Amino acid sequence: MKKELIELNVNGRTHELAIEPSKLLLDALRQDLQLTGSKRGCDDSSCGACTVLVDGIPMLSCTMLAASCEGQEITTVEGVSEHGSLAAIQKAYGDWGGAQCGYCTPGFMMTVKHLLAVNANPTEEEVRSALSSNLCRCTGYSQMYQAIKAAIEAEQKAVPST
Amino acid sequence: MSDFSIIGKPTAMVDAAGKTTGAGKYTDDLSLPGMLVGKILHSPYPHARIQRIDTSRAEQLDGVVAVVIGKDAPTPYGILPVGHDEHALVTDKVRYVGDNVACVAAVDEATADKALELIDVEYEVLPAYFDPEDSMKAQSDFIHDNKPQNIEKDYHHVFGDTEKALAEAACVAEARFIANEVTHAAMEPHSTLAAFEIDSHTGKPGRLTVWSSTQVPYYLQHKLSLVLEMPMAQIRVIKPLVGGGFGGKSEVIPLEIIAAVAARKAQAPVKITYTREEVFWAHRGRPRTIIDLKTGADKDGHITAVKARVVQDGGGYCSYGVVTILYSGALLGALYDIPNIQYDGYRVLTNKPVCGAMRGHGTVNVRFAFESQLDELALKLKIDPAEIRRRNLLKPPCVTINGLRVQSYGLPECIDKVVERSGWRERKGKLPKGCGLGIACSHYVSGAANSIIRSDMPHSTVNIKIDRDGGVVVYTGASDIGQGSDTMVAQIASEVLGCSLGRVKVIAADTDLTPIDIGSYSSRVTFMNGNATLRAAQEVKKLLIAAAAKKMNCAAEDLVFRDDRVGKKHVAAGDSPAQDGRGRPSPHELSTDGQASVSGRVEGQILRGSLQQKRKDEGPKDAMTFEEAVVAAIDFHGALTGTGSYAPPQEARGGKHKGAGVGPSPAYSYSAQVAEVSVDEDTGEVTVHKVWAAHDCGRALNPVSVEGQIIGSVWMGMGQALTEEMVWKDGMLMNPGLLEYRSPSSVESPEVEPIIVESVDPEGPFGAKECSEGSLAATIPAISNAIYDAVGVRLHESPFTPERVLAALRAKKAEKKIDLTEGVDPTAPTRFREHGGSLWFRGKGPARHPLDPARREAPAGGDD
Repeated sequence: MKKELIELNVNGRTHELAIEPSKLLLDALRQDLQLTGSKRGCDDSSCGACTVLVDGIPMLSCTMLAASCEGQEITTVEGVSEHGSLAAIQKAYGDWGGAQCGYCTPGFMMTVKHLLAVNANPTEEEVRSALSSNLCRCTGYSQMYQAIKAAIEAEQKAVPST
Repeated sequence: MSDFSIIGKPTAMVDAAGKTTGAGKYTDDLSLPGMLVGKILHSPYPHARIQRIDTSRAEQLDGVVAVVIGKDAPTPYGILPVGHDEHALVTDKVRYVGDNVACVAAVDEATADKALELIDVEYEVLPAYFDPEDSMKAQSDFIHDNKPQNIEKDYHHVFGDTEKALAEAACVAEARFIANEVTHAAMEPHSTLAAFEIDSHTGKPGRLTVWSSTQVPYYLQHKLSLVLEMPMAQIRVIKPLVGGGFGGKSEVIPLEIIAAVAARKAQAPVKITYTREEVFWAHRGRPRTIIDLKTGADKDGHITAVKARVVQDGGGYCSYGVVTILYSGALLGALYDIPNIQYDGYRVLTNKPVCGAMRGHGTVNVRFAFESQLDELALKLKIDPAEIRRRNLLKPPCVTINGLRVQSYGLPECIDKVVERSGWRERKGKLPKGCGLGIACSHYVSGAANSIIRSDMPHSTVNIKIDRDGGVVVYTGASDIGQGSDTMVAQIASEVLGCSLGRVKVIAADTDLTPIDIGSYSSRVTFMNGNATLRAAQEVKKLLIAAAAKKMNCAAEDLVFRDDRVGKKHVAAGDSPAQDGRGRPSPHELSTDGQASVSGRVEGQILRGSLQQKRKDEGPKDAMTFEEAVVAAIDFHGALTGTGSYAPPQEARGGKHKGAGVGPSPAYSYSAQVAEVSVDEDTGEVTVHKVWAAHDCGRALNPVSVEGQIIGSVWMGMGQALTEEMVWKDGMLMNPGLLEYRSPSSVESPEVEPIIVESVDPEGPFGAKECSEGSLAATIPAISNAIYDAVGVRLHESPFTPERVLAALRAKKAEKKIDLTEGVDPTAPTRFREHGGSLWFRGKGPARHPLDPARREAPAGGDD
């Protein structure tokens, strides 16, 4: 298949890529941009390890064509850290055991980032429901809830209430 | 002030940031210049002889660099010395749907996929065996010629006089239990990257480097050396981050050998990454197990005998099978005090993907049967289920009737804790209709006392070096697969040396750099590699102590290393100092007074600038910084290195009978759990609301990791109890994907309350034992027992799906069974994908069920 030139905006930077129109966003990120943080865990869009934000909405990059994302803002796990430091949720996942093997973690980072962006103080029910888009085989999810709680508290401490 | 400054404190894993930022590299994240993509052609038949393979059309395809088949690497291998029955690619026949026939190395994945379609294979289809009990009756067409009746291995153990004890027992329970097949489904699909270097002297391909998602880099190095006929020294295996193992990466998986064989022929680096479907075929999971169990007890509930006949459906090759079937029998002991044990185990070959080791290797399914039956005995004898377990406790230190040495034994406390926390006494039997509580116990080895290649050599060796500015580097062969072994190693080194965790860097699992550790399996790493780390740190610390004692003008025994400071013991303890009247802060307080001083008395030593500038000439010191002690030690001794190794003690290696090598461990972990469930009597659906899980891990070196391992084990056990099951039809896996192989999601996962019990093992590092596997086995029977408590039905087959629970409920009420799939194509129940995976999608699978509307004849010759 003949390649075409596309522009992808990833983590605030624009990249020009020559790719086949059939190329999946996940493959473009991992192979063409060397952004290997997003993972492939399944063949059928069931695991969520490849989750990225497209215009702020969590999407499975294994089921999107890269070419269809032109003009949209894509955020991958590499874009979550702030000013070269861990974001609160990243720090909390480390401290509270939210990541064990870590393979599903990038996907969870994106899902949680979106959850907290739309709902700064979710109930446990809402957290469970939001996280159900992603599979983890190590943690049984429990320590993730603690991590998310800790991240919310850290954020609230960082931003003094008015 | 606790006795420890590092261990026992919740600690983020040393590699956590790499995981949460995406910067950490797993094998599939790596690439090399000129790297090719490898793709494997899998067998569409469960049992067939290969008549002919023609790869010429594939080789001519533009972009294809090499095609390899069985004869390119015909040396057999296998993880066990007694089971060398696999080849990189099959040489004579295929033994399961998904067996490995050929591999293409091409410039990209699409080209490689296309080339697979161009390989012509002619098969002579043979009769296939799918059920182990049928397979055992086979008279011809054996799966392996040297295994008559398709029995890989059978063992018959008798300890005591079981028949007599059962005849005399006041109460006997007998039943058949079946635990269906489950798999690891680690989130990271297996991946291997292999590259040869050109040798400077010969000008030909020389050394091989393999990056692989493995739990056992040293076994991989060994098997590569066997199949490629290269010395191990010429092969370097590097384990990058591994995305979960659970046993699925604890042996050499076909792609690891195939990638190296393909790289050799293609003369270029080759990476192979499995699709999720291929991961299911590679499998090596927990076999479907049929357990005929008979247990007897006296009138007070003391178990007098247990008799078990176990048949395991092992799949097409040996894998860890011989070990699995031995664990199933051996670990009937070491949990309770059982005076008579009889065990008949059969590991049977079938034409299905290969079963191997999975979390709780060999014990889980038998434990489900045993703990279920123990509840039946308790019911018959009118003894509380928690109480009957208490009445059968071991009296350690002891050696069980089957030769297992037990020292630390936290089971009684585990039982007490879960009984107390769950409100067992107040709530058991008093919950509303349809709700119930169940209890069960389990245990597991903290590492096999005998390695699979038996020898007296150490199972782990660790090297430590300390640099001039006090940086500590630990070289360990331990394979961190997400359980946190790198962190454990760093914690132990820093605790022993009294330095902060930030000083310690761990270099792990690289066969060129790190001394041998036999791998992350049988929950051996904390115990064995931890002990090796402890010894290495103690060895290098001796040099530090000698130098510091000289500098501080005191006896070596008086020194305390803690929090990056070296101080004197009696001062830390608050005693009146003998040589010096001045009040001095304890070493612990010293560390808190802001930035530690980096001054040091340095003799003829070239150091980094900052240290050199601040050097002062002083007399004997009262306290030193860690750096000062390091500098002094380098002054005195020249180099600061230490080595430690661990081999299990002879007394812990088990009895003398055939098969006695499997089961013995230097220490056992213990677990007790209470599960609270509700059962919908109309639909048969079981919901687990909460599990209280107490686990005796000896000592929790990192409580956050220990709790994570307990929760993860319980959760995985719950998956096997309720939803996870590999469903087969004519040797074809019906659910080879994460949608249909139903691993519980966050909304289906209950609260698990982990309770750490610390029995402090006399031989574990700081008393630690395993915490990653033992809990899993108790969850399934705890749920089963809770279902009985809720609705009064005893389930004999796992998982406890709505269909099975409903059938049991209706049978109890003598109602007709509702057969939801009556007259329906059994290959296409709604919860499975209709095509059973890519093979069927391409019409290459074995004949479909006659009623299947999508049935179509497989094309002649197997391939289009």
